Amino acid sequence: MTPTIVLPVLIGGLYAAGVYLLLDRSLTRVLLGFLLLGNATNLLLLSTGGPRGLAPILGYAEPEEMSDPLPQALILTAIVITFGISAFLLAMIHRSWRLVHEENVGTDEEDRRVAARSGLDADELDPDDLAPEDRPAGHADSLRPRGGPGTGVPSDDVDLPAASAR
Amino acid sequence: MTALLLLHLIAALGAPLLVRWWGRAAFLVLALVPAAALTWVLAQLSVVLAGGVVEETTSWIPALDLAVTLRLDALSLTIAALVTGVGALVLLYCARYVGPGEAGTGRFAGCLTGFAGAMLGLVLADDLLLLYVFWELTTVLSFLLIGGDGARLAGRRAASQALVLTTAGGLAMLVGLLLLGNASGSWLLSEVVADPGTGAAVTTGTLLVLAGAVTKSALVPFHFWLPAAMEAPTPVSAYLHAAAMVKAGIYLVARLAPGLAEVPGWRLVLIGLGLATMLVGGWRALRQHDLKLLLAFGTVSQLGFLMVLLGGGSRELAAAGLVMTCAHALFKSTLFLTVGVVDHATGTRDLRRLSGLGRQLPVVAVIATVAAASMAGLPPLLGFVGKEAAFAALWDGGLPDRTAAALVLAGLVLGSVFTVAYSARFLWGAFAGKPGTPPAEVLHPPGPLFLAAPAVLALAGLVAGPASPALEPLAARYADTLPLVAPEPEHLGLWHGWQPALALSAVTLLGGLALFAVRGRVHRMQERLAVGASADEGYWNVLQGLDRLAVLVTGTTQRGSLPAYLGTILVVLLALPGTLLVTRAPWPDEWRAWDTPVQALVGAVVLVAAVLALRIRQRLSAVLVVGITGYGLAVLFALQGAPDLALTQFLVETLTLVTFVLVLRKLPKDIAERHRGRERAARGTIAVAVGLLMGAVGAVALGARTATPVSVDFPEQAYDFGGGQNVVNVTLVDIRAWDTLGEISLLVVAATGVASLVFLRHRTGGVDRAEHVALRGDGGSRARRAPRRRWLAASATLDPQRRSVVLEVMTRLLFHPIMVFSVYLLFSGHNEPGGGFAGGLVAGLALVLRYLAGGRYELGEAARVDPGLLLGTGLLVAGGSGVAGLLAGADVLQSAIWQATVPVLGDVKLVTSLFFDMGVYLVVVGLVLDVLRSLGAELDRQDDEDDPIGLRPGEVVVR
Repeated sequence: MTPTIVLPVLIGGLYAAGVYLLLDRSLTRVLLGFLLLGNATNLLLLSTGGPRGLAPILGYAEPEEMSDPLPQALILTAIVITFGISAFLLAMIHRSWRLVHEENVGTDEEDRRVAARSGLDADELDPDDLAPEDRPAGHADSLRPRGGPGTGVPSDDVDLPAASAR
Repeated sequence: MTALLLLHLIAALGAPLLVRWWGRAAFLVLALVPAAALTWVLAQLSVVLAGGVVEETTSWIPALDLAVTLRLDALSLTIAALVTGVGALVLLYCARYVGPGEAGTGRFAGCLTGFAGAMLGLVLADDLLLLYVFWELTTVLSFLLIGGDGARLAGRRAASQALVLTTAGGLAMLVGLLLLGNASGSWLLSEVVADPGTGAAVTTGTLLVLAGAVTKSALVPFHFWLPAAMEAPTPVSAYLHAAAMVKAGIYLVARLAPGLAEVPGWRLVLIGLGLATMLVGGWRALRQHDLKLLLAFGTVSQLGFLMVLLGGGSRELAAAGLVMTCAHALFKSTLFLTVGVVDHATGTRDLRRLSGLGRQLPVVAVIATVAAASMAGLPPLLGFVGKEAAFAALWDGGLPDRTAAALVLAGLVLGSVFTVAYSARFLWGAFAGKPGTPPAEVLHPPGPLFLAAPAVLALAGLVAGPASPALEPLAARYADTLPLVAPEPEHLGLWHGWQPALALSAVTLLGGLALFAVRGRVHRMQERLAVGASADEGYWNVLQGLDRLAVLVTGTTQRGSLPAYLGTILVVLLALPGTLLVTRAPWPDEWRAWDTPVQALVGAVVLVAAVLALRIRQRLSAVLVVGITGYGLAVLFALQGAPDLALTQFLVETLTLVTFVLVLRKLPKDIAERHRGRERAARGTIAVAVGLLMGAVGAVALGARTATPVSVDFPEQAYDFGGGQNVVNVTLVDIRAWDTLGEISLLVVAATGVASLVFLRHRTGGVDRAEHVALRGDGGSRARRAPRRRWLAASATLDPQRRSVVLEVMTRLLFHPIMVFSVYLLFSGHNEPGGGFAGGLVAGLALVLRYLAGGRYELGEAARVDPGLLLGTGLLVAGGSGVAGLLAGADVLQSAIWQATVPVLGDVKLVTSLFFDMGVYLVVVGLVLDVLRSLGAELDRQDDEDDPIGLRPGEVVVR
C-alpha cells in the first residue's frame, strides 16, 4: 500500500512531543506526554489500515469501499482505556500533592541505598555467626570439640529439636 | 492408577478437616489411602510377573503432547509397594507421634498424605514431563515438611537449602529430559529407554538428568542437605528422607540404566560419586551424637551404595541394587521410627545422655536390633541378601572393566565396614548401659500402636531375608533388561555355599566391630584428619556470592531515576529496531501527499498544538492544547471513515478535560522547571529520534504490507454471525469479544485504583444525598416546602455564589434527553455508529453536567448507586452473556440471534452480544461515576470539611 506523507509526519511529531514530556520529572507533564503518545499510537494504528474509505457500516457502504474495521476496533478500546489510565494517573498526582506537596517523580531512595551498599545482603547471615542451635546440621565440619580440648568427642552435632519440644 | 492418585489428592486436601474433627486419630483414616494403593499394587503382581505392564492414559494438554500416562512394570511395582507400604505405616505411626491437639497437625497431615500421592505418581509416571511435575511436587512438599511451621531459624534454613539444591538439580533435569525427549522423538519414558537415540544431545541430556538424580538422592557434593533436613519431625525423616523421596534419584537411575548406561560419563559419574558418598557418609556417621544425625549420615552412605549398584548398568548389580533398595527402605525407616519412640519416651536423642534404655524399653530395643542387623548385613536379614548379592556380582563381573570392578568392590567393602561400625554405634548409643551415665528416664512409655509400624517394618526385613528367593522373579523381571556381565546370574538367597562373597561379608562384619571397639581412637583420628571446610560452608559461600552479585547488578542498573529508566528503554529501542530500520527496512517506492487536503490542514493544527504543549508551563493551558490534539484526532478519524472512533474520541477528550480540571484546581498554577539545559538537550535528542523512528515505522510498515488483511471478511461475518451492520461494533462485541472483555476488566481496575488513591478509608465514600445536609442559601426548610422553585434536586446545597441558574436550567432540560440518547446509542450501536462505549461515555457526560451544575450532593441525587456496583454488574453482565452463549451450545462469547414478531413492536431481532454491550455500557458509566465521585465529590468534601484523608477523632498523621 502507498503511505501518505502527512500521517507519518504527524505521527512522528506527536511521538517526539510525547517522549519529550514523558521524560520530565513533573508528573503532570508525564501525563500529558502519555496522552500525546496515546494519540500518536492511535494514529499509527489507524494509518496501518490503509487509505481512507467509507464508514464500515453495511447498508451505508459496500465492503470494498469500507475503511479497515479492525484497527478501528482496536483504537476504540484504546481510547477508552487511555481515559481510565489518565484518571488513575491524575489520582496519583492528586495524592502525591495531598501527602507531600510534590508532584514530581523524585529519585527512588530505596534504589539509591541499594546502589550505595557495597557489602552483602544483611538478611543472609553467615551460619558461623549463628547460635549453635540455629546452625544447619553438618555445617560445622570443623571438629573443634566444644567446651575446650579433651572434653568432647568430635561431632557435627547441632542440637536438633527434640520431639517433645516440638 | 489415576483414581489412586486422585484419592491421595482428596485425602491430602481433606486432611486438615479430618484432623479438626477427629484430632490425631485422623491419621488412622489417612493411612488407609496409601494402604489401598498398596493393595492395588500388590494385586497387579501376577500380571507384572507374567511379563505384562499395566498402562493408563488420560489426555491432559494435547497441544503440548502432555498426557497423564501411567505405567506399572516390575521396577515401578517394587518401588510403589515400598512407597505405599512405608507411607501407610508412617501415617499410622503419626497417630501416636504427634501430640493430641498439637498445633499445625492438619497441615502436617495434608502435606504428608500429599507427599505419598506425589511419590506414587513419580514412580508410576511414564511421561517425561509428568515425571518432572511429580518430581518437583515431592520437592515442594519436602520443603513444607522440613520447614514445619517456620518458627525455627534452623528449620527454615534447612528447608530452603533442600529446596534450592533439589530444585536446581530438578531444573537441570528438566532440560535434560527435554533434550532426551527431542533426541529420541518420544515423550514416553518407556520408549526413550527402549530407543534413546545417539549423539551429543543424548549425552548432554543424560548428564543433566543425572544432576537431578544426584541432588535428589543427596550424593557428594550435595549430600549436606539431607542431614540438615533432620530438622523435620521424625516420621518425615523416616518417610521422605530415608524410604521414599531420596529414593527418587535412585529410581530414576534404575529406570534409565537399561537405555542410557552406555552413555559416556554415566558410570564415571554415578559410580565415582556413589563410592565417595558411601565413604564420606559412613565416616561422618561414626562421629555423630544425635541418633537422628547418625542415621542421616548412614542414609547418605547407603544412597551412595545404591547408586553404585543401580548405576552400574549390569544385570547382576541391578538385581542386587533392587533388593538392597527394599532392604534399606525397610531397615532405615524402622530405625528412624524407633529413634522417634526413644525421643518421645525420654525427651532426648543424644547418645551421650541415653543409658540403659535397652532394659527399660526391651521391645523397642529388639525392633531396633533387628533393623540395625539388617543394615549391618547380618544373616538372615534382607540386608545381608542384598549385600551378599552385590559382593558376589562384583567378584565375578558386575562391570565390563575388571580393574574398575575390583576397585569398586574394595570401596564397597570399606564402606560396609563403616556401615557395620555405625550400626553398632547406633545400638550401643541408643540402648546400651554406659558406665558413668545415669540411666535415662522413660517419661512416656510407648503404647502398642506407637510400636506397630516399626515392628511391622522390622519383621518384614526379617521375613524377607529367608524368603528372598521369592523376590527373585520380580527382581529378575527388571534386571533382565540389562546385560549380564558375569558368566551366569547369581540367584537371590541366604546361602550360596562357601564362596568369596561370604568371606567378604565376614571381613566387613569383623572390621566394623573392630572399628567400633576402638571408637575412641577413631574419634581422635577423625579430629586429626579434619579439614577446615565443608560442602555446607561452600554452599553458603556460593549463596552469599550470588547475593553480592545481585546487589552489585541492582546497584549498577537501578539508579532510582524514572527519566533515566525510560531514557534507557528508548535508547535501546533506537539502537536495535532503529538500526534494523535504517539498514534493512524496505522503504516504500511511492508516496502520496495526503488522503484529502483537509487532513494536512488538521494535521498542521495538531502539530502546532503538540509543540505548544512543550512550551507552555501553565498547567491548564498545557492541558487545553493537548486536548486540541485529541479533538484534531477526532476529525482525522472522521475523515478516514471511522465515525465510531470520531464519536468516542470526541467524548473521551471532553471527559479527560473535565477530569483534569477537577484535579488541577488543587494544584499550583504553573509547573516548575526542574531540568538543567543539558538534560533538556538529551531529552530533546531522544524525543526527536524516537519521533523519526516511529514516523518511519508507520510508513515502512504500510509500504511493506502485501498480505490480505484479516479483516477483509469482517463485514460479511459481522452480518452473518454477529447479526449487525456496524462492523466495528460487531468486532468489539463479537468477533474480538475476548479482547473487549479484557479491556473492560482493565477499566474496572483503573476505576478501582482511582477510588482507592483518593478514598483512604473505604473503597468509596457513601453516596452523599441531599437530605442529609441542611441546605444552604435561603434555608433548607423553605426549599423543601417549595420544590417547584428549584431546578435541580440538590443545587441548594451549594454556596449561592457558586450557583449558575443558566447552567441549572440547561442541566434540568438536557439531563434526561442525554440519558435517553445514551441508551439509544447503546441499542442502535449494532447497526449504526454508537455502541456500549459511546453510550456509556454520553451517560457519563450527563452525570458530569449534573455534578458541575449542582455539586457533590447533586451527583449523589443523580446516581444513587455505588460506582463499584455498576462496575461489578457491568463485568458480570458482559461475562454472563459470554457464558450464556456457552449454555446455548455455542462457544464462549459466541452470539446467538433470536428473531420474533411481537405484537406492538413488530419484528424484533435480539442478538446476545447486545447484553455484552450493555455490560460495556455499565462499566464505562461506572468508570466515569467513580472518577467524578473520587476526584470531584470527595475532593470537595475534603475541602469543605478540611479533612484530607478522613481522619478519625484523635488520629494524627506523621509526614
